[in-house]
Amino acid sequence: MSAALLDVTDLKKHYPLKGGLLGGTTGYVYAVDGVSFQIARAETLSLVGESGCGKSTVGKAVLRLFDITSGQVVLDGKRIDDLSTGALRAVRRRVQVVFQDPFSSLNPRMRVRDILAEPIRNFGLAKDGRDLEARVAALMDKVRLPRDAVNRWPHEFSGGQRQRIGIARALAAEPDLIVCDEAVSALDVSVKAQIVNLLQDLQQELGLALLFISHDLAIVEHMTHRVAVMYLGKIVEVAPKRSLFAAPKHPYTEALLSAVPVPMPGKARERILLKGDVPSPINPPKGCRFHTRCPYAFDRCRAEEPRLNHVATALDPGHVAACHLHDLPAAENPLAVAKGAALVAA
Amino acid sequence: MASASVLSPIEAAPPSGVAAAAPLPDVLPPVKPKKGFIGFVRRNPTMAFGAALLLLMVLVAIFAPLLGTVDPTALAPAKRTREPSALYWFGTDMLGRDVYSRVLYGARVSLIVGFSVAILASVAGMAIGMVSGYVRLLDSVIMRVMDGLMSIPPILLAIALMALTRGSVQNVIIAITIAEIPRVSRLVRGVVLSLREQPYVEAAVAAGTRTPAIILRHILPNTLAPITVQATYICAAAMITEAILSFIGAGTPPIIPSWGNIMAEGRALWQVKPYIVFFPAVFLSITVLAVNLLGDGLRDALDPRMAKRL
Repeated sequence: MSAALLDVTDLKKHYPLKGGLLGGTTGYVYAVDGVSFQIARAETLSLVGESGCGKSTVGKAVLRLFDITSGQVVLDGKRIDDLSTGALRAVRRRVQVVFQDPFSSLNPRMRVRDILAEPIRNFGLAKDGRDLEARVAALMDKVRLPRDAVNRWPHEFSGGQRQRIGIARALAAEPDLIVCDEAVSALDVSVKAQIVNLLQDLQQELGLALLFISHDLAIVEHMTHRVAVMYLGKIVEVAPKRSLFAAPKHPYTEALLSAVPVPMPGKARERILLKGDVPSPINPPKGCRFHTRCPYAFDRCRAEEPRLNHVATALDPGHVAACHLHDLPAAENPLAVAKGAALVAA
Repeated sequence: MASASVLSPIEAAPPSGVAAAAPLPDVLPPVKPKKGFIGFVRRNPTMAFGAALLLLMVLVAIFAPLLGTVDPTALAPAKRTREPSALYWFGTDMLGRDVYSRVLYGARVSLIVGFSVAILASVAGMAIGMVSGYVRLLDSVIMRVMDGLMSIPPILLAIALMALTRGSVQNVIIAITIAEIPRVSRLVRGVVLSLREQPYVEAAVAAGTRTPAIILRHILPNTLAPITVQATYICAAAMITEAILSFIGAGTPPIIPSWGNIMAEGRALWQVKPYIVFFPAVFLSITVLAVNLLGDGLRDALDPRMAKRL
């Protein structure tokens, strides 16, 4: 995919663990350990996984809120992970962020106007004071908030309204990509739907690419183009939405999907209950990271780490999964049959 | 009922024999918060009381010459150690000086020292704390120096510093400020460290805001509330330290009347003429109480989560 807007290759972020008498490094937290993905223009890629799997760390690495340990982040053909602070500022305009908590993501001591004007001023997008005012007003229109609310303080707004302000701030820089870090997780259902629809409308209107970090598969199914599933610092499966939800090709994805409630009384799907906890990212299991909890694990899984490969039996050729099961003959592979598809058809 | 027409026919006309429920009374009438000065006092009685007391003390200090005082340094050996009376409200001391006048003028020293130390220590502590919280390389060095300073009790540090210089109000202020800076720096550093992890700060970084602007626009304004509260406590502590320094003769020179000085001079006569010590002590206590009440009130008003009462 050469036309990718964002191309992340083998991204790693390890946090040193300090300890001991002299504060030396005693180990590392392998928060993100070799993650690769691409996002095309105007595409939504959802990054899903349970808490602590490194989803948000990936998002912050793309935003370059910290220096990554190794790997590459390429935005529109230009490497951005090794830029100096000065050179980075010019690139920052193109990638913006919407955070989860609408209460801590707005500075309580700044009026809405100043919050929205900050990126516009920083990047010199407005010609003069009038243009700045007009842009701020246009942003309020875009997120469907009244224009005269710009003189208010963040605490005067509800959670959903604050999230709209957060989105408006992200749009102020006229970005190509917005990282939505659990952007709707803290909102209640009706507000959640409004914000998701707003994001979709804005995406169509402005051609935005979205990196949608979430643990809510129902929302993801509603709004994404492609899905990347993360487990313990690694991506285990990437697929177009339809293919992934109909026929997951990784046991972890299968278990995740089985946990999504079915909105039909009396029609429970077969739950796959994973045993045990997520292993510690300080000392991840050898071989496949999921083998400690995988219902299908066999000897090879404990020894050899699987790579992300195209899955022959998948509905879509763009479907990749990191699982040794797909090297087995189709008859022995429990994931070869499209269980999800059967459920949908039933 | 005007709204009856909106109801469905069944609800509008209950079947015969079924009594329609009477409309429920308004159990909770809406609370109207009083606005303006009265409302503020009602909501923050502690702060209002503290502020009023402190304001009174400031007015007393400013208008000391107009409040029936005489020259607080005028000696009158013939009228030594008079008991409090209509002429000498608080009596006279062992040199015949009017204690009432001395106490009122002494308020000036205490308040100047208290306010100056509070402001200077806050500003310096803020600068140090900001640097420490933002420049990780300097952090451990700065904090170890602060730890070192904190290991000496502030009063001892102030005495040691005063021993190096001559006694003057200015030097007292500097000595107490230095003793108070480590505490403020620690506080500011802690607040800065937590603020820089806030999503709005990260969003500002992503929005291309430069570090100085981040500090000025996003960090600094949000540290002001805890610093203001801390400043009031420092103000109270500084007034007490000043009195202690003066009392042991290491602070304000004896020629300037300060509450510590008056008490120090009255100490020798404590058993026979207790009023010489009593009046400055009462004034000191009331002022410190006022500042502390103001600080508690400010803390409750600025950060409801820290409020002690339910």
